[in-house]
Amino acid sequence: MKLNKGSLFALFAVLELAGNGDRQLSTTDIAEKYGISTHHLAKVMRNLVHSGLVQAVRGVGGGYRFAGNVSRTTLLDVIELFEKLESELDMPKHGNPAGEPIVAELRSITEEIDDLTKAILDTITLETALKSTRLRKEAAAGGSGGVAAGGGAK
Amino acid sequence: MKDPILIRNAVPTDLDAIIEIDDVGPKEEKPAYWRGIFAHYGSGEKKDRIFLVAEAGGDIVGFIAGEVRAWEFGSAPCGWVFALAVSPNMRGAGIAKRMFDEICRRLKGAGVTTVRTMVDRNNKVTLSFFRSRGLRSGRYIELEREID
Repeated sequence: MKLNKGSLFALFAVLELAGNGDRQLSTTDIAEKYGISTHHLAKVMRNLVHSGLVQAVRGVGGGYRFAGNVSRTTLLDVIELFEKLESELDMPKHGNPAGEPIVAELRSITEEIDDLTKAILDTITLETALKSTRLRKEAAAGGSGGVAAGGGAK
Repeated sequence: MKDPILIRNAVPTDLDAIIEIDDVGPKEEKPAYWRGIFAHYGSGEKKDRIFLVAEAGGDIVGFIAGEVRAWEFGSAPCGWVFALAVSPNMRGAGIAKRMFDEICRRLKGAGVTTVRTMVDRNNKVTLSFFRSRGLRSGRYIELEREID
């Protein structure tokens, strides 16, 4: 699967904010950390604020803070604000009825793939992703932490 | 003309051939496992526990085992196929299909309407086979982790 930039930037931002619940971060803070476009991230942040996952804090020292529930918000909740994660067959406008069973089969296969993808993303909360990230950091630093759920500590 | 492939219940004298067909390599041979499986599933007396072999010319050339299961996280009873193998030199002859169709027939006779299995995602031969029999990704997601 390929996440679009909006989804990816949103995941960066939401995970960063949820992992720093005690302070506000600016768009620039996040963009610099991930080497991404501040301009594009600003648009993403507006969507996140609109969704209620993120709150904008104005004034000196202002920025953004996570406003959702870290143990209930899933990666899919964030991604679906920016894309549908549904495969599309780029079909010609005037299809041939004789080919319809094949098209239906291909649609069924892509739906199966989409369902699996969504099922996985919908079961990983921000809390889980952050915990796995911490374990990954510890493992990389030579600690004893392992990485569950598809981590690369093998 | 007599069918050259016979699908029948496994019997104790099939066990050595089953162990030999089990394609795991000498380091991981598991005769004790198969003896246990056979003891549990091999009698042919219980219709919800099935252990079949394919016999060709007096030789065992494949086996399949499964049962009716009902304990996975609220699942309604379903057929669960947990073993399937065909001798490498007999592949492509429709033996797995025959065994699978027979176990499905028996599982249906035992009252279930869904059959499930679990296969390593790198095992393309077995995955392709089950796909060819109409199996799709199911409603259950397998999870695992290394035990530290």
